[in-house]
Amino acid sequence: MLKRLLLITAFILPGGAAMAQDAGFPLQHADTNINDIQSLQRGARDFMNYCSGCHSLQYLRYNRVAKDLRIPPATMASDLMFTSHKPFDHIVSAMPAADAVTWFGKQPPDLTLESRYQSVDFIYSFLKGFYADKTRVWGVNNLYFPNVGMPFVLAPLAGVQKPVYKSVTDSSGQAHLELIGVAPMSPGSMTPAQYDRFVRDIANFLDYTAEPIKAQRESMGIFVTLFLLVFFAFAYLLKKEYWKDVH
Amino acid sequence: MAASPDSADAGKSRGLIHWIDQRFPLTSLWKEHLAEYYAPKNFNFWYFFGSLALLVLVNQIVTGIFLTMNYKPSAAEAFGSIEYIMNDVKWGWLIRYMHTTGASAFFIVVYLHMFRALMYGSARKPRELLWIFGCVIFVLLMAEAFMGYVLPWGNMSFWGAQVITSLFGSLPVIGGTLVEWIRGDYVIADATLNRFFALHVAALPLALVFLVIAHVMALHEVGSNNPDGIEIKKLKGPDGHPLDGIPFHPYYTVKDLVGVAGFLLLFCGVIFFEPNFGGLFLEAANYVPANALQTPPDITPVWYFTPFYAMLRAVPSFAGTQVWGVLVMGSAVVVLFFVPWLDRSPVKSMRYKGPIYKIALALFVVAFVTLGVCGMHPPAGIYPLLARIGTAVYFAFFLLMPWYTKIDSVKPVPERVTGHA
Repeated sequence: MLKRLLLITAFILPGGAAMAQDAGFPLQHADTNINDIQSLQRGARDFMNYCSGCHSLQYLRYNRVAKDLRIPPATMASDLMFTSHKPFDHIVSAMPAADAVTWFGKQPPDLTLESRYQSVDFIYSFLKGFYADKTRVWGVNNLYFPNVGMPFVLAPLAGVQKPVYKSVTDSSGQAHLELIGVAPMSPGSMTPAQYDRFVRDIANFLDYTAEPIKAQRESMGIFVTLFLLVFFAFAYLLKKEYWKDVH
Repeated sequence: MAASPDSADAGKSRGLIHWIDQRFPLTSLWKEHLAEYYAPKNFNFWYFFGSLALLVLVNQIVTGIFLTMNYKPSAAEAFGSIEYIMNDVKWGWLIRYMHTTGASAFFIVVYLHMFRALMYGSARKPRELLWIFGCVIFVLLMAEAFMGYVLPWGNMSFWGAQVITSLFGSLPVIGGTLVEWIRGDYVIADATLNRFFALHVAALPLALVFLVIAHVMALHEVGSNNPDGIEIKKLKGPDGHPLDGIPFHPYYTVKDLVGVAGFLLLFCGVIFFEPNFGGLFLEAANYVPANALQTPPDITPVWYFTPFYAMLRAVPSFAGTQVWGVLVMGSAVVVLFFVPWLDRSPVKSMRYKGPIYKIALALFVVAFVTLGVCGMHPPAGIYPLLARIGTAVYFAFFLLMPWYTKIDSVKPVPERVTGHA
């Protein structure tokens, strides 16, 4: 038991080191807007077309997405549902879990809550962070998720980037190459600006999926606050009236 | 007593109350605890937090009941059932955010409530038992919050539970058996989740409610302290009521209503605009299901435990065991129980104490906040040193209190309370 405690403590202690690797590349700002319904609709379309083959949104139902994003049910069924699911079903990828493990080493993660687990900026940066790396099994690596297990399925759209290295000399006087960023290598079918918007829409859509009520909650909050301000004023006046005779 | 001739309704309701009073002490309870409970008229801002703690307790119980209707206490289903509540249950998101925000709000109001007692000597004679009931409530609240945090079965729930239950394992001889007994398994598992659910929704709330009742009964038996730390019962008017006392109802019911409105503005602000509260109230690492094979990069408890967690980590292992940190963390809570006897000053309120107590209390607050910050960061860089200094100051505040309160200068205490809010 004591060993286990020590083991766990050992896990806790080097916590900072594990994060340091990511810290090298500050995330890019996604600048999404949860109230931009067109961006969300495009994000839904693009997610379903490019991501949902492997990644589920298992905590969300098709008809909820259709309702929230004002997508007509018929359009949803014909253009955004590629499985035998019914509209009230959860959005679950058709890829069998066991096969996924064989193909990719692990099941691609469910992305419903990804933007709350990581962040919207992470999703945005991640999708822009792939670069060619021959040492990896899929030929790509990622600036923001080193040694990621995902193939870069968006390469036909985005094109391929190459890593940019800088020669640095460490404290022991040895020179080695350090990854400092990426540069375009071969173009894809989209211009960089188009791909930016494409990625921003997907990040925005995943911000929505993590908390479908978010936009409504915030607009509701304004009325709740206004009501409470009035309540506060009346409560204060009531108190003042009652306390007039306390000396 | 005849009903007034012009109001038949009033007569009828008085008749009903009379009927009840002959069978249940409704009117006498109302009078004893509200209409004729005389509270000092000089309560200030710091006296809002008792009634606010009660409000948050009711909020937690009511929202908790509704969450229970849709939550599934099983390792396979718990995580998904939270998202079911968020997305499929009508107003489920609001109920959940009221509960998660309420958990943090509970600790905020309780910490401020306890700080008030340290400022004005509210723990001192004759309120020792009142303070002790409060300390037991605090301990149970920590257990309640810890077990509630495990229920969503996110990865931080799992690993947090793993770490905290492991602490018991560092106890000599019984440790190993004790941890298995708590977990109901060799690791945190479905059995653990089920028993934590039972304790979180039944055993601990029941105990909390009984203790809160005992806390209020003890308060009303001895009477409330006040910012001047003087006993208003010493000076009574010809009617037998304290000269500086006013009936709790309506004076403090309407005043607390203002406190409630102010509190709700902040509370609802968090719920509607920033329920994560920057990752302090809801942690990002808990938005991925529990995974026994994947440790989060950095296991930190929720903010309200971090001061104690920092003390745990501040103590190095010694003689081949980690138990010292556990003992220090436990002592940090146990020492609170002794406050009524540690303070040897002839006066209660810091208003009439000398500079030493004021400086000591200020250092204590700085230490507590510093420890809280240390507990949120990996113990690297400046943090281990800060945590050790913080721990030393925390304990010095309590353990040296008998001496520094005795030598501290005091100002004369007035006969009557000063002013009113």
